[in-house]
Amino acid sequence: MASKVIHAFYNDDDVLMHAVKKVKAAKHHIEEVYCPFPVHGLDKAMGLAPTRIAITSFMYGCVGLAVAIVMMNYIMIQDWPQDIGGKPSFSYLENMPAFVPIMFELTVFFAAHLMVITFYLRSRLWPFKEAENPDVRTTDDHFLMEIEIHDNEQELKDLLMDTGAVEINITEK
Amino acid sequence: MYTFSNRLKIASFILMAVGVLGIGIGFMAAPSTVEEAKAIVAGHGDGHGDAHAVAESHGDEMGHGDAHDASHDEHLLHQLQNKPWAALYVAAFFFFMIALGVLAFYAIQRAAQAGWSPLLFRVMEGITAYLVPGGIVVFVILALSVAHMNHLFVWMDPEVVAHDALLQGKAGFLNGTFFLIRAAVFLGGWILYREYSRKLSLAQDESNDDSNFKLNFRISAAFLVFYLISESMMSWDWIMSVDPHWFSTLFGWYIFASMFVSGITVIAMVTIYLKSRGYLPDVNDSHIHDLAKFMFGISIFWTYLWFSQFMLIWYSNIPEEVTYYVTRIADFNLPFFGMVAMNFVFPVLLLMNSDFKRVNWFVIMTGIVILAGHYMDIFVAIMPSTVGDQWFIGIPEIGSILFFAGLFIFFVFRALTKAPLQPKRNPFIEESKHFHY
Repeated sequence: MASKVIHAFYNDDDVLMHAVKKVKAAKHHIEEVYCPFPVHGLDKAMGLAPTRIAITSFMYGCVGLAVAIVMMNYIMIQDWPQDIGGKPSFSYLENMPAFVPIMFELTVFFAAHLMVITFYLRSRLWPFKEAENPDVRTTDDHFLMEIEIHDNEQELKDLLMDTGAVEINITEK
Repeated sequence: MYTFSNRLKIASFILMAVGVLGIGIGFMAAPSTVEEAKAIVAGHGDGHGDAHAVAESHGDEMGHGDAHDASHDEHLLHQLQNKPWAALYVAAFFFFMIALGVLAFYAIQRAAQAGWSPLLFRVMEGITAYLVPGGIVVFVILALSVAHMNHLFVWMDPEVVAHDALLQGKAGFLNGTFFLIRAAVFLGGWILYREYSRKLSLAQDESNDDSNFKLNFRISAAFLVFYLISESMMSWDWIMSVDPHWFSTLFGWYIFASMFVSGITVIAMVTIYLKSRGYLPDVNDSHIHDLAKFMFGISIFWTYLWFSQFMLIWYSNIPEEVTYYVTRIADFNLPFFGMVAMNFVFPVLLLMNSDFKRVNWFVIMTGIVILAGHYMDIFVAIMPSTVGDQWFIGIPEIGSILFFAGLFIFFVFRALTKAPLQPKRNPFIEESKHFHY
């Protein structure tokens, strides 16, 4: 059975916020909300779990730091410990100040880039991806709330009209 | 209105009394003759063989050759005589710089028209009240140095300057009279801004327009220009000149970072204390979160400057510059590297998590480590050139810390009782009350 969804359009983020709270209070599951710009507090109102991307970033940073240390230690200390301008290459610690700029930059590099890639993977974004936008107006000046219908079409319609929706569409998904 | 709790007041008096006792013991224990100095060092049993290296590394002040042994002994005497003075000076400057760092933060908040911080303005004004007593104490110590009561600043000794071409070349800047005039100008400028801004801040509460607020904004911006220049010169005068053969261009910034982060930490700690006593009902976790972010960020900024200064000198290894770090790494290894752990690793790992920045006891705990770390920072800046390898964190050092901690607590919390803790007519006060991160 193809499922039907209801699309409620709003033209103000404040109205949208109230609508989300009302729909949540009525115990309906909100499939998705499409906005032209970030609405502060929307994730909280929808009850979305907080992101863990900062934690991944910290771990990627640790990986970058480890890569820098292992690389510099192998190249400069283990493999070919040359005397370059009198720098002490007897142990990693002795020559460490010279490696700190590289350690820092690689930490930032890994933390930043791997976090961005993680973001792309988790949010399924890539160059030739087909846009999932249900209505072009949601990238300009309209907000859209999508709710799945389980034999309660009229009830949902009434509820959403009550919350100040400017337009309500029902589509097959 | 805040009332100074009796327990805190008594605690501050006890701290001062114990501190005075410690300082007194420090001065009594200092040797007055070369023989006594030798006896003290011999009494320690470990011989201190590398005192010699220290004497040489910055020892152009002493004649070498035949008089070498005698000058070495005299050098040792000076180091031991400096100990209680240096301990006093480090602690006096440390607590003074906290108040000065808070003043800079306060001026920035006013000039930037920050919307979150007006609730904390009275706390900051309370802390900067220590500028007057703290500044006077620092000035008196500097004046006593100029009056040859101690050997903290080697360039103040005419005997030394007579034999030192480098110091003669710097005498146009480093001479006692000019030194004290500069100190008076800096202190005068800082105290003037503090008192005037405080007056305008209180007047704004009672007025029916925003003219006081606007004037305060303008003088804060002007003060920041003055502060930037005076703070930089102050760091050359009061800190860098204990090592008059050495110079570094980013030293002013480095000392600024140290005082800025200590100041912000103390704002956070005093705010959390007052909040826990129920005096700041509108301050919420977001305000603490913002202060903790500043503690975190400026700690990293301090480390950046510490490392930049260290690495540039270590890398090029020019003898005339590098002695500064040679003595520190040789004689102050643990405090020198330990403070990097306390001022960088500790706050970075503890305050990185966004949730931890809202946990008050966590901020207090990190704050204590940061403050101890920045005390070590000033300690490692002053001690190597004043007491050399004779350093120790003993009775005179701890006594001085306790005395100035008591003095600081007394003057700060006394100032907090003088005005309501919440500004009334600040244009941003509503935004600050509802600040939410």
